[in-house]
Amino acid sequence: MKELLSATSWSPYLAGVGIGVVSWLAFLFSNHPLGVSTAFAKTAGLIEMRLRGPAVAEKLYYRENKPAIDWEWMLVVGLLLGALTAAWLSGTIRWEWVPPMWAAKFGSNVALRLVVAVFGGICVGFGARWGCGCTSGHGISGTLQLVLSSWLAAFCFFVGGMAVAFLLYKVM
Amino acid sequence: MLTQIHTRKWLQYGLGLVFGFAFGFLLQKGRVCHYDVILRQLLLEDFTVLKVMLSAIVTGMIGVYALRAAGWVTLHKKAGSLGTSIPGPLIFGIGFALLGYCPGTAVGAVGHGALDALIGGVLGIMIGAGLYAAAYPKLKQRVLNLGSFGDKTLIDVLPVRNPWLVILPVAAIIALVLLCLERMGL
Repeated sequence: MKELLSATSWSPYLAGVGIGVVSWLAFLFSNHPLGVSTAFAKTAGLIEMRLRGPAVAEKLYYRENKPAIDWEWMLVVGLLLGALTAAWLSGTIRWEWVPPMWAAKFGSNVALRLVVAVFGGICVGFGARWGCGCTSGHGISGTLQLVLSSWLAAFCFFVGGMAVAFLLYKVM
Repeated sequence: MLTQIHTRKWLQYGLGLVFGFAFGFLLQKGRVCHYDVILRQLLLEDFTVLKVMLSAIVTGMIGVYALRAAGWVTLHKKAGSLGTSIPGPLIFGIGFALLGYCPGTAVGAVGHGALDALIGGVLGIMIGAGLYAAAYPKLKQRVLNLGSFGDKTLIDVLPVRNPWLVILPVAAIIALVLLCLERMGL
């Protein structure tokens, strides 16, 4: 048990089956599928309300998706703590600005990496809300319910991702 | 009894935290919170991400449908349309490759100290979500409802009565894909 907890990596199948079991429990005890990107939208709304006042809550999107701290928000906080604990147990916590693969191709300039990462993050946030879900909400929770919109979305995540990854690492 | 659990607010916050903890722990131990692992998946050089996702889908599918057959859970299906389920996810995919993390794995990557995941991921995704809220009224009016196909599942569109006649073959196909990946040494 101790070796398992301190292992740097688990079999992807063990991790995957575990996530499947967590999704049963979330459906059963919380009546919720696992999903992450909604919490980002709600936090964005909460921050915008702080900065620009309560009028923000009148925006159509926030009227339909009320910004609040809720179950999904707690799920994301838990996700951070769980990932942190897993890395801590395996002794793999390291501050890192530029991932090794990026550094090998584009150099270790922090500013360049951050500009691209922020632009990528903006696309991820915008696209996740446009498509009503991310790799968790559609890619795992929706697909496991065999929902067609989720399978289509998951397919498009990888099509868009593969196109840009090949452009970055094979063409450039 | 389950509805009683579902309606207790603070209990639910606690459960959300616990389920999130387990989810994050598994994502980290499964190594899918690493930029290199995600990019190598998109370049079809390393199939860790797909293995984690597909085994989660098979496990989740069988369990959730079994719980549903027992009457203990209800499904939570998202409706789709050509105007939402294609352009949004394609933009997401572009960002996925540039950032190197998706929302869940970006948060998980912060857990091992990835600062590009903190700035680009956590901050960037929130900015993107905020920008979407601003663009939403126009998109809703013009694009989102184009080619709407609702929240149908694969079971709904196939001419079968018994859902297991779809679930079990899907599980078998996914298992076969995983077996092929292993056979090919990927």
